Amino acid sequence: MSTATTAATFAEGLSAGIGAIEGESETILALRLEGSRAVTATGVPTPKQEAWRFTNLKALAATPHEPAGPGTADITPWRISDSHRLVFVNGRYAAELSAVGGLPDGVTITPLAAALGAGSERASFALGKGINLADHPFAALNTANFVDGAFVHLGRGAIVEKPIHLLFVAVGGERPTWSAPRTVISADPTSEASIVEHYVGTGGRTLTVPVTEFHLAPGAVVRHVRLQEESREAQHIAFQSSRQGRDSRLFSIALNVGAALARTDIDAELGAPGAHASLDGLYLVEDDQHTDSHLQVRHAAPHCTSHELYKGILDGSSRAVFNGRIIVDPGAQQTDAIQSNRNLLLSAGALVNSNPQLEILADDVRCTHGSTVGRLDEEAVFYLRSRGIGRATAESLLTYAFAAEIVQQIPVTEIRERMERHLVERLPQGELAREAF
Amino acid sequence: MLKLKNLHVSVDNTEILKGIDLTVKPGEVHAIMGPNGSGKSTLASVLAGREEYEITDGEILYSGSDLTELDAETRAREGIFLAFQYPVEIPGVSNTYFLRSALNAIRNHRGLPPLDAMDFLELVKEKAKLVKLDEGLLKRPVNEGFSGGEKKRNEIFHMAVLEPRLAILDETDSGLDIDALRIVAEGVNALRSADRSFVLITHYQRLLNYIVPDYVHVLKDGKIVLSGGRELALQLEEKGYDWLEKEPAAAAV
Repeated sequence: MSTATTAATFAEGLSAGIGAIEGESETILALRLEGSRAVTATGVPTPKQEAWRFTNLKALAATPHEPAGPGTADITPWRISDSHRLVFVNGRYAAELSAVGGLPDGVTITPLAAALGAGSERASFALGKGINLADHPFAALNTANFVDGAFVHLGRGAIVEKPIHLLFVAVGGERPTWSAPRTVISADPTSEASIVEHYVGTGGRTLTVPVTEFHLAPGAVVRHVRLQEESREAQHIAFQSSRQGRDSRLFSIALNVGAALARTDIDAELGAPGAHASLDGLYLVEDDQHTDSHLQVRHAAPHCTSHELYKGILDGSSRAVFNGRIIVDPGAQQTDAIQSNRNLLLSAGALVNSNPQLEILADDVRCTHGSTVGRLDEEAVFYLRSRGIGRATAESLLTYAFAAEIVQQIPVTEIRERMERHLVERLPQGELAREAF
Repeated sequence: MLKLKNLHVSVDNTEILKGIDLTVKPGEVHAIMGPNGSGKSTLASVLAGREEYEITDGEILYSGSDLTELDAETRAREGIFLAFQYPVEIPGVSNTYFLRSALNAIRNHRGLPPLDAMDFLELVKEKAKLVKLDEGLLKRPVNEGFSGGEKKRNEIFHMAVLEPRLAILDETDSGLDIDALRIVAEGVNALRSADRSFVLITHYQRLLNYIVPDYVHVLKDGKIVLSGGRELALQLEEKGYDWLEKEPAAAAV
C-alpha cells in the first residue's frame, strides 16, 4: 500500500500517495497518477451525487483507515476442494495458502504483482483498459494504490476444467484498515474457465476496495461468481468492469451476504456483435446491513444480448439499493436486453430503492426492465398451509424458492452450497426448505 | 363428520353467510349449488380456515369438535382438504416436494413416520395415473405454467395423495372441457368411500352427471334456500336459478 503516513480521516488520506510494484511499467505508473488525480478531484462521494444518493459514506470519510499490513488466516472454512487457488490476505499474495498446479498449456494464474514485476505486457496492456476513473472514485483509488491481486490469462482455445478460486481475506486489527486488491482476467479467443472471486474476513473494521476486470476476446466463455461474505463490521466497495469481443459470453453472478456496507459497481460493455453477458445477483441482508448494486450495461454493437436478474431478500432494518442502466448505442440494432430487480421484504423495517433505467439510441431493439418490492404472497402461504404445511415452513419454503432461481445457477458446487447454508441460517425452517432443492 | 349450525360469516363487516345449517355424514357427497355471489366460495374458504373471514355467529363442528379453533394447517392435518377454485402457482417449489412435505406433515400429526423418498415416489406415480396427470408435471414447480385443466387435475391429484376425510371442491369443474371434467370426476369417484365425505361446490349441474351426489343444496344470498336429492340439480338445470325467485313455494321439497 502507499507509504504515506496515516491521514486524520479517510477522506484526507485519499490523496496521500500512490502504491507501486517493483518493476512495473511506465504505463502502470501513468495510470496510477491518473487514478490519484481522479480520486483527489472527486474525494469521497456524498449523497448529493446521483450515483451515491442512497449510500452515505459520511462515516467512512470521517474515519481514519490505515493501509492494511500483511497478515495470515486459517482459510479452511472457505476452501474449494478441487480448484486452482490464489489467496490474498489484506490485498497481498499469500503463497503458503495458495495452490495452483496442473494448468493446461497457455494458462497463467499468478499474482498480479508477479506478472507486472516481470514485465508482463499482456497484464500491463489490459490493466485499466476501458475504465472511466473520473466517474468511479473507488476504481480510481484502487488504481492509484493496488499492490497486488490476481492475474489470470487464458491462452487461445485453453479450457480450464477446475474452478479458479481467488480468495481475498480481510484480516482486521484494532484500528480500521483498508486494502485494494486488483484482478485482471484476460481471456484469449475461444478460451473457457470458471472463476470464483471470493471475499471473506476474520472481523474488525476493514475496508476492501477491489477492482476486477474482464477482457474477453472473440468466442471466449467465462463463468464468474463473486461471493462477498465478509464480516459484519466490514465495508466493501467494489468495481467490476467487463469488455467483450465478438461472440464472447460472460456469465457473472454477484452474491452479497456479508459486510455492514457493500457497494458493487458493475460496468459491462458488449463491444462486438454476438456478445452475451448475464449479470445476475442475489443479496441477503438483515439487521442494519446496507447493500448497493449499481449496474451499467452498454450495448455498443448490434446483435448482442444481456440478461440481468437481481434478487434480494431483506430482513430487519436492512436496506438495498439497486440501480441498473442499459444503454443501447446508436447502431446497436437487434439488441436484446432484459433487466429485472425483485425484492422480498421479510420485515416492516427493511427498505429498497430500486431504479432500473433504459437509454436507447437504436430503433430496432428489444429491451425490458422492471422491478418489484413485496412481501411473501399470502395466497401462496395459505395454499401451502391448506395442504398441511405449517406457516413457518411455508414461509421458509417460499423464501428459499425465491432465492433458488439465482442459487441454482451457481456453477461451482461448493459455492452453491455455501449460499444454501447462508439461506438456511436466515430462515426459521431453513433446513426443511433446503431439502426441497 | 361435519355439522354447521346457524353459521354467520362476514368479510370486512359485510355479512356473506347468513345462517347456514348443514350436516354431512361420513361417506356422503353433498353438492352446494347457487348463483354467483351466493356465498358458495365463502363457505369453502371458511371451512379451510382462511383468516380474513369472521364467524359472527353459529358454529362449525368437525368430528364433534369446534373447527374454528384450528388454524388452516391443523385442519388439513385433521383431514380437511380444499381443492382451490384458482390453484396457486408456487414458483421454485416442485410439485413432488411440496406434496411430500404436506403428506409428511399430515403423517407426523397422526403419529406416523415420514414416508421415504422411494415409497413416496411409488405412491405419487400411482395417484398421478388416477387423474391422468403427465409425470412431467410432478417435477415442475407447483402449477407454474400448467394449463387450466392441468391445475384442476393437479388439485385432485393432491387430494388423492393426501387422502382427506372431508374434501371440499370449490368450483373444480369450472373452466374444464368435457374430457377434463370426466377425468376429474373419475378421480373423485375412485376416492369415494364409506368414511370419506365430499362437499362439491358448483355453479353447474353438469358435474353432477358424473359425480352423483347424495344431497343437493341451493345457496342463495347466504342461506340454503332449498335442499333435496339429485333431482333438484336437474330441476335447476332445466329452470335456472330464477325459478327460485318466482316459485319458492313450489320449489320446496
